[in-house]
Amino acid sequence: MSFLSFAWNWLRAAHQWQGSDGIPVRILEHLGYSGLSLLIAALIALPLGVAIGHSGRGAFLVVNLANAWRSIPTLGLLVLMAVLLGFSALSWLIPLVVLAIPPILVNAYEGVLGVDRDLKDAARGMGMTPWQILLKVEVPVASPLIVLGLRTAAIFVVATATIAAEIGLGGLGRYIIDGLASQIYPEVAGGAALVALLALAVQVAFVLIRRVVVPVGLRMRARSS
Amino acid sequence: MIWSYIPANAALIRQLTIENAVLGIVPAVLGLIIAVPVGIACVRWGWLYPPVLSSTSVLYALPSLALFIVLIPYTGLTDTTVIIPLTLFSLCVLVPNVVDGLRSVPEPVRQAATAMGFGALRRLVQVELPLAIPVIIAGLRVATVSSISLASVGQLIGVSSLGYLFIDGLQRDFPTELYVGFVMVIILALAADLVLVLARRLLTPWQRRDARAELRVSVRPGTLGEGVVR
Repeated sequence: MSFLSFAWNWLRAAHQWQGSDGIPVRILEHLGYSGLSLLIAALIALPLGVAIGHSGRGAFLVVNLANAWRSIPTLGLLVLMAVLLGFSALSWLIPLVVLAIPPILVNAYEGVLGVDRDLKDAARGMGMTPWQILLKVEVPVASPLIVLGLRTAAIFVVATATIAAEIGLGGLGRYIIDGLASQIYPEVAGGAALVALLALAVQVAFVLIRRVVVPVGLRMRARSS
Repeated sequence: MIWSYIPANAALIRQLTIENAVLGIVPAVLGLIIAVPVGIACVRWGWLYPPVLSSTSVLYALPSLALFIVLIPYTGLTDTTVIIPLTLFSLCVLVPNVVDGLRSVPEPVRQAATAMGFGALRRLVQVELPLAIPVIIAGLRVATVSSISLASVGQLIGVSSLGYLFIDGLQRDFPTELYVGFVMVIILALAADLVLVLARRLLTPWQRRDARAELRVSVRPGTLGEGVVR
């Protein structure tokens, strides 16, 4: 039997869809953990990234952060936190937030740094205050990269939240980790299919967010170039 | 931290490090071998690139653990099950870099090569690809470091790597083992990264003094965005 037939057979069994460990509950849990982590990471990383890009100070730190980030083993960080902190909300929240910060920070930094100097001069010439220039020119012009950073972080967080089932977190990773432990491949396959679908849904959501957030003028320029 | 753990388990740590290195480096190399012809094709036939780019970005969004599980019925609990998804992720990082690298070759350089009598193939091999090396290696660094770090997730389906220390350390509630695994993954990733930086310097001696170009490549907008994760 193929992966798809295992996954499909497991998914269409009605009892998976009910109760406190049913699929709808697990999906909501997964979205909850991911959303909360992403929100906290964005609250920290967006202002910081914009500030660094605007002032140009601390750029060295950002570049190195980006390089170091990829080498961090996510499973290792989760397990380490679980052992050091015991199983509490912090033991999964800290790793998820820490891992979501770099892509948001670096892309916000790159986006604001890359804003055309002429644009800023024009804004100043029109009498805009420094804050107006930042919020009405630099941030909107940087918005494609800012959204890209948030999307990367979101995809990363959804994947890492799956692995966090290994340290006892709920969410869709439960089916995978529990299924592997009891060697029930259909459950593992069903969980993996749901996680993959959720990751794709998140990506589609960010295509829509990009459409809403990125100013029309920038989108037209991107299309014509 | 119980330091005596390290000498007492040196053989195990060494073996796991080698396994982890293989699971990380093989996908990056395979990814490069596939990405170079694919990238060349995308530059040659421009209409190919948008669909290739969007399929790689969809693929890249999938969690590695889910892809490992998809492959279990076909390749079992073997290294191949981990290597195939990591190769695909490497491809997602490398194809855009190969295309960007080839496109970054200045038109006058291309024309000069043609004027010197270079055919399309010779120009590609002797002029365009060498000039694209810095951007290609920037992508290879991302692919290698991510694969080494991601390989440890394969331990969840029982494929041995430094991830063993994470799972075992969790079950035994033994932080020392976790520190060792964590640090070894990072050392391995940074060592591979360093080798690639040195390889780039050897392969592109004309770039050596241009430290600024180096920085530009490593912070190319969207590099982190497109080339990352898990």
